[in-house]
Amino acid sequence: MSVEALRPELLTDVLGRARARGATEADGFLIEEQHFNASVRLGQVDTVKHSREQRLSLRVFAGKASAAASTSDLSRDSLERVVDDATALARVTAEDLHAGLPDPAELIERVTDLELEDDGAEELSPEAKIEVARRAEAAALETDPRIANSEGAEYWDRRARYVYATSHGFARGYATTSFGLSVSPVASAGGEMQRDYWFSAARHRAALEDPAAVGRTAARRALRRLGARKVKTVEVPVVFDPDTAASLVRSIAGAASGPTLYRRASFLLDRLGKRIAAPSVTIVDDGTMPRALGSRPFDGEGLATRATVVVGDGVLESYLLDSYSARKLGLRSTHHASRDGSGVGVATTNLMLKAGSVSPDDLIRSVKRGLYVTELIGFGVNGVTGDYSRGAAGLWIDNGELAYPVEEVTVAGNLLEMLAAIEGIGNDLVLRDRTVSPTLLVGRMVVAGN
Amino acid sequence: MDDLSSTSPEHFFSDRFNVTPALMERLLGGELARRLDDADIYLEYRVNEELVLEENVVKKASRHVSQGAGVRAQAETRTGYAHTDEISLSNLEEAARQARAIADRAGAPGVLAVPGRGRAHDLYALAEPPIVTALTRKLELLRKIDAAARAADPRIGQVIASLSSEEIVILIATASGWTIGDVRPLTRLNVTVIAEENGKREIGSWGGGGRVPFDYFLEAERWTRFATEATRQAVLKLRAVEAPAGTMTVVLGPGWPGILLHEAIGHGLEGDFNRKGVSAFAGRLGQRVASELVTVVDDGTIPNRRGSLNVDDEGTPTGRTVLIENGVLTGYMQDRLNARLMKMAPTGNGRRESYAHPPMPRMTNTFMLAGQDDPQEIIRSVPNGLYAVAFGGGQVDITSGKFVFSASEAYLIEGGRVTAPVKGATLIGNGPEALRRVSRVGHDLALDEGVGTCGKDGQSVPVGVGLPTIRLDGMTVGGTQV
Repeated sequence: MSVEALRPELLTDVLGRARARGATEADGFLIEEQHFNASVRLGQVDTVKHSREQRLSLRVFAGKASAAASTSDLSRDSLERVVDDATALARVTAEDLHAGLPDPAELIERVTDLELEDDGAEELSPEAKIEVARRAEAAALETDPRIANSEGAEYWDRRARYVYATSHGFARGYATTSFGLSVSPVASAGGEMQRDYWFSAARHRAALEDPAAVGRTAARRALRRLGARKVKTVEVPVVFDPDTAASLVRSIAGAASGPTLYRRASFLLDRLGKRIAAPSVTIVDDGTMPRALGSRPFDGEGLATRATVVVGDGVLESYLLDSYSARKLGLRSTHHASRDGSGVGVATTNLMLKAGSVSPDDLIRSVKRGLYVTELIGFGVNGVTGDYSRGAAGLWIDNGELAYPVEEVTVAGNLLEMLAAIEGIGNDLVLRDRTVSPTLLVGRMVVAGN
Repeated sequence: MDDLSSTSPEHFFSDRFNVTPALMERLLGGELARRLDDADIYLEYRVNEELVLEENVVKKASRHVSQGAGVRAQAETRTGYAHTDEISLSNLEEAARQARAIADRAGAPGVLAVPGRGRAHDLYALAEPPIVTALTRKLELLRKIDAAARAADPRIGQVIASLSSEEIVILIATASGWTIGDVRPLTRLNVTVIAEENGKREIGSWGGGGRVPFDYFLEAERWTRFATEATRQAVLKLRAVEAPAGTMTVVLGPGWPGILLHEAIGHGLEGDFNRKGVSAFAGRLGQRVASELVTVVDDGTIPNRRGSLNVDDEGTPTGRTVLIENGVLTGYMQDRLNARLMKMAPTGNGRRESYAHPPMPRMTNTFMLAGQDDPQEIIRSVPNGLYAVAFGGGQVDITSGKFVFSASEAYLIEGGRVTAPVKGATLIGNGPEALRRVSRVGHDLALDEGVGTCGKDGQSVPVGVGLPTIRLDGMTVGGTQV
């Protein structure tokens, strides 16, 4: 899985050429990555994918006007065209007072080693990788005779090198690896079919969960959905399991991000320093955690990542900003710039809602009648108003016990009201993804069904 | 700017990368053909341009070029796929070696699939593809939209107008010895506005496009309509009341609400899920799955539509597949792999996001045929219910059949009349049941404006949907008003 050494000089040459073409300043990145992906279904190899990709992306400023261009073709002709495209675009765009690179003095000096690259582990053969997926699926199929079909299991790994540079002479890079495994078994009984899945992902291969354990968890999740029914429309407490609770945390981060705020398209507008959630709620974004999936040494503009308290004891303490949105809002960057080919945005790193002290079982036991949500589908979140309405599946809670599976219902409310109504936070926080949460109990929501 | 369409795909790739059809066929014959059931090489060159105007300032102006080749080898149910973003003979040979390594592992003697070779369509040859139109003209239009949206209502605070243009050149060589290319233009104009009144804010959005020239947006004052529709929607929502919660009669307006079909039945009728027996529709061909008023087709051959293709991404000409005829399930959408394994014919639905992705069965333009009823009469027939005319996204669980789609513009129906606008709400249903509850179908079939993007297994492709006004007796509406 070796990736050839990056050629950072390609990037510095392009930045120099942009200056020669009249750009007042410029920045850009170069990324090279290699993926391997194997899927297995019912014990047989389904698809095996090898890939190699590279991309150079350039952003130029002509005074306060800017534009971007990128290419996956790193030939000389193509790189010259990227410079031409970006400078031509910049000439026709208008000035934007807030445009520009961060102050070079603020850029990171030394890149901290966050151990994001697994360079010690011996490379596995494609057969061994396929075997990982096969073992995970086999464990799911062996769990119960009602698991008779499967959408398959997948193993993947990715190795990437990244370098970021500016026309002021800054150039830093880092390398990452990631490894993952997922299983999607299908449970069936009496003509009903239910699918669920489980996964494990890590920066270091040795940190992947045991494939058989991932398979068994996936099987249990599919099995517990069998016999699902609709419930009557009712207003009740709703308990979100860690995965669905994490999606609420993502919605809060989206509303706290600079671009949605300066567009006045966020329900968190004008709420900095104000209470937005129950006092037990603290949400932190920390990009400096060693070996974590969301970590990176610096953001998309070369600013050092750090830990940011977004919500502290229920109070909105910080927005998530890149330099541009910070200038627009009269604030300072929180070092959350992200880059894609077309410009700069905002992205979280490792985002987590801090654990409480109650076990998830006790949270469920505290509910007389309500819904335990294990899956949410659809896009029914209005980021401008916080209005929330999504499809849900899970288990009905009756007298503090999980009574029977539920499907084809929606859960609805408003995110600000839901945050204020968080009455319980589980002690089950596990950093298994980029955004994580413990189990959450929301005091009241409308469950729509029959 | 490059005009990629001025040359044939064959010449394009041989001029630029020295990769000729003959070379591709030799590679397929030599490296790939032995002991395989199918194989192909897919070359792609893509130019994409994105312009975003916010606060009357060009917030984003970008241009991207990507190129690459994907090589695929298949034996029985196994697929080996390798891709590279440097199109060269040596990389193609290496990719072919990697792809074959997995597919012929079992060493089963295979027979090369012979596709039903038909003629490619010619659905979107443009005198001036949108990617070549001058930037100054495009930016001028975005500025006019900004002004028109603000002029439409004083409560509009923010306007985001965006225009994306793309051109893709592809060349596919299949193992059965033929090479076919396509040049695909695509453009989309979008307007999003935020209305603000007494501290309340709401969002409105409208857009459209297709495989059309830039001038399409200037015809019939289309751009003005996009701006005023976005504005109207945002302002309307400022006075929206809580949406109802529970099961009720729902009337869907024409056009984009056809996303119902995409989610409720479309994905469930894709060949891969049915071959694997994981779709709620598996094994139901010939059975009644909808009201007899319902006929649904997937048609990739409509000129200039966003979801249309001259050939799919495996080189099979697109077609018109009847999925449901008078309520009876009549067809699946197939790519070559699943068609071969299910002993059916490919339907021209093998699509991929790019060279970096293997194809799978996907929808093109999916819509319900018009019925007999007067749309106004359909609304009058409902004592109490919901009338939904615009939607955001949707999603489906293929296996359980449960699907959702989220209304972004909807109204209460009270006493047969459309009354108060309601806040956005998700509608949820069960695919194999939902269309049985269609009790009225209007004569006003409309296709959407050309904004749809469908995601499956991490791959996004442009699609279209369409619907006449229909009445559904008993949909669950996820509002907050119990």
